[in-house]
Amino acid sequence: MSVAEMSTRGVAVEIAHVSKSYGRVVALDDMSLSIRPGEFVTLLGPSGSGKTTLLMILGGFVRPTTGDITFDGRAVVRLPPHKRNIGVVFQSYALFPNMDVAANVAFPLRLRRLPAPEIARRVAAALDLVRLGGYGARQVHELSGGQSQRVALARAIVFEPDILLMDEPLSALDKKLREQMQVEIRRLHDALGLTTIYVTHDQREALTMSDRVAVIAGGRLRQFAAPRELYERPADAFVADFVGESTLLPVARMGAGVALQGQALRHDGPVPDAAALVLVLRPEKLTFAAPGANADDINHLPGTLRGIVFQGETVLYQVALGDGGEVTVRDLSRNEPQHAGLFPGAAVTVALHRRDTLVLPA
Amino acid sequence: MTARFLLAPATDTQITHLGRLWLYAFAALALVFLVAPTLLIIPMSFTGAGFLEFPPRSWSLRWYIAYLDSPEWRDATLVSLRAATLTMLLATPLGVAAAYGVLVVERRTARAIGAAISVPMMMPAVLIGIGLYLLYVPLGLNNTLAGLVLGHVALTLPYVTLLVLARMKSHDPRQELAAQSLGCTRLRAFLLVTLPQIRYAVIAAALLAFIFSFDEGVVSYFIATGTGATLPRRMFLSLQFGVDPTIAAISSLLMVLTILLVAAIQIIQSRGGPRRKA
Amino acid sequence: MTDDRNAAVHAREARHERARMLGLALPALAVIGAAVVVPILWVLYLSVLDVQGHFTLGNYLVLATEGANLSVIVTTLKVSLLVTVVSVVIGYPLTYLLAQLPPSLATICMLGILLPYMTSVLVRTYAWMVLLGRRGIVNTMLVWLGITDAPLQLMFNTTATVIGMVHVMVPLLALPLYATMRAIDHGFLRAAASLGAGPVATFWRVYFPLSLPGLSAGTFLIFVTSLGFFITPTVLGGGRVTMIGQQIATAIATYDGFGVATALGVGLLAATAILLGFAMRVLRLDLMRAP
Repeated sequence: MSVAEMSTRGVAVEIAHVSKSYGRVVALDDMSLSIRPGEFVTLLGPSGSGKTTLLMILGGFVRPTTGDITFDGRAVVRLPPHKRNIGVVFQSYALFPNMDVAANVAFPLRLRRLPAPEIARRVAAALDLVRLGGYGARQVHELSGGQSQRVALARAIVFEPDILLMDEPLSALDKKLREQMQVEIRRLHDALGLTTIYVTHDQREALTMSDRVAVIAGGRLRQFAAPRELYERPADAFVADFVGESTLLPVARMGAGVALQGQALRHDGPVPDAAALVLVLRPEKLTFAAPGANADDINHLPGTLRGIVFQGETVLYQVALGDGGEVTVRDLSRNEPQHAGLFPGAAVTVALHRRDTLVLPA
Repeated sequence: MTARFLLAPATDTQITHLGRLWLYAFAALALVFLVAPTLLIIPMSFTGAGFLEFPPRSWSLRWYIAYLDSPEWRDATLVSLRAATLTMLLATPLGVAAAYGVLVVERRTARAIGAAISVPMMMPAVLIGIGLYLLYVPLGLNNTLAGLVLGHVALTLPYVTLLVLARMKSHDPRQELAAQSLGCTRLRAFLLVTLPQIRYAVIAAALLAFIFSFDEGVVSYFIATGTGATLPRRMFLSLQFGVDPTIAAISSLLMVLTILLVAAIQIIQSRGGPRRKA
Repeated sequence: MTDDRNAAVHAREARHERARMLGLALPALAVIGAAVVVPILWVLYLSVLDVQGHFTLGNYLVLATEGANLSVIVTTLKVSLLVTVVSVVIGYPLTYLLAQLPPSLATICMLGILLPYMTSVLVRTYAWMVLLGRRGIVNTMLVWLGITDAPLQLMFNTTATVIGMVHVMVPLLALPLYATMRAIDHGFLRAAASLGAGPVATFWRVYFPLSLPGLSAGTFLIFVTSLGFFITPTVLGGGRVTMIGQQIATAIATYDGFGVATALGVGLLAATAILLGFAMRVLRLDLMRAP
């Protein structure tokens, strides 16, 4: 069996008005998402945001309080897990220790009463696919964390499910292995064309792997967008803060525009219609300008350099702006900072292009 | 070597083994107090005399023969064996099902069920005994195997349920979810994935139910009389009339049975722990 | 899709699911209800009936006025308290040591607790009869050593009853206490020692409070079990140490005694319930964690 033979057409997933409450606690509040066939979608949020609850509802393990779910137009919300044809990979791997690796992978095929030679062929192909060919006779407790994760993955895709659900599958692995597995999972997804829904609290992982990311907080959908859009045009202060590094400073409305500590800001686009506003400052969007410089497209913010953190390929500068509020400026470590007159205590001017001047509802 | 051991620190507060010798001696005496009295019966039961003595001056199997030759003792033993087997066969599946139920319902319901299942453990056996006796009078269940087994199943259920529940709690619930996503119904997921992993705890619970029923003397004192008398009940009646050496033989046999079951449970439990990677 | 977004459908299925899961515990609860709860309620009911089946509080009046019954209650409380104290004095240090032994050695020593725990109370009571009898080992030793000329009467008194009961109760304390003590993080003790606490202070201020959940669970089990204990006091007390369990059994053996027997049973139930309530509230006893 080749990859081409295993690949399935992806299934479109429609989540409509799904809510879940436990007593008075609302875990999910009116969640709606349309996921395209073959798409890699990540549910991103802090712990307790409701992202895992949504995944458990998709898997059929948790019953929603309201709402509907369809796969390719087929209503599945009332089906038990075993009738949904979904592969699930859990954080704890959930391999069966009473079976060896091959028996774990063969488990869904045996339940479907496939003939033995067919099972053997498919198990071998699935293990090859996750680069564990020849590991069939190993016992589950002999595997490393990364290997266990691959077996769990092989078991979840071997029966050609319509959808692959993954619940923080890499959080138990160390950083290096995690980055390696991110690439592998994405490669597998591209090869199989499987609709994949992936849960994580790691924003970098979400940006790296996904076609689109759904940011969830407090049981609500905050934004559903492609990684770059999420980063460049966050919908609100929460998304801006959660995705990527940023400093949020409160700004006041001034005429048609906004002002930071009394200084009017140049910026593109309309001011959001909200009571409180914040300015989002990303470290890599900030640079230093000569003191007193002036330009139409640039906001100049005077401040004092407080500290310098050397990080290898980049350097972080902590700058205190006028009336409090500290921002971080990131620069590539090309020069010794002192050569540019940058030392703690120095008066500096931070430059921010109007294109990058992001004003959001607080 | 010995001196070095005695002067080595034994605790986090640097008390030496020498400084704790009194504790070792005390613990050894306590263990002798717990184990020796019953073990002493075994050699004494082989006495050739008409009364018990230690050490026996002559050896024989006469009291074992007396036990086996007595139709009363034989009948009582059979009643107890039947009751213990039936209790085990009923209490084990009921306890496993209840443990699973406690595990999957929401916490407050689980606490309520757990408390209700622990009731037989908390109530004095004498009270349950007279209650069952007085209730069985109008129902005609006194001195019947059915009545006895019903009582014993209720008495053993807390132990079976708690033992199985403790093991289930250390079992990853996601395994059953994974099995369901792979195509199992909930029941099959339990039977194919969870049960094989907790089987040692289930076997241990079953053995516990068996020995508990086989040894139970208080409730059966009230509800199992006449031809329905259990072995413990007959022993109890006999004890009130003095030291009958036949009981030494029976006690020795019970001790051997208990030692075998405890050993089996210990071996089973040590093999049954969840496998964890280092 | 409907306006209520399937809320009614989901709610109905959630109810069915919950009912199915509760159904799993139902057979066990039914058996316990039928063979434990109903009989106890039945005792409660019969205790307020006279011989003709009319309502009466006479049974309780007999209980309160008859000196024999009062002395039984006093004996029961006295013996139970004594048994509990002696069991803790023996069981706590023993378990304390067992909980610090290396696991392999501890497993072997725990057999010394598990074996008596699993041995029939009748066998154990018989063993004490054999040991303490006129021709028992203890008397033989005493005579051989020349401490006494003639065998002593060691049985049929409070001491023999307490010894036999303590033998039964020590494992009841040791098992929950061992589980609690094994779970104590020795980092606390090292921290206390490093902060200058001596061995005695470290034990009483740190270790002992941490072992309290197991100690209170075990102490409670011992006291409640002792209150209703029946076989050992009957045999080793030999009619001279009558505890409530034996009194109930004697009363029930005579038809006229039904009323007094059930009233005594209710008294036992009340004592147990009060202790249980105390243990759960004050000692935070968690039944699900008891062995």
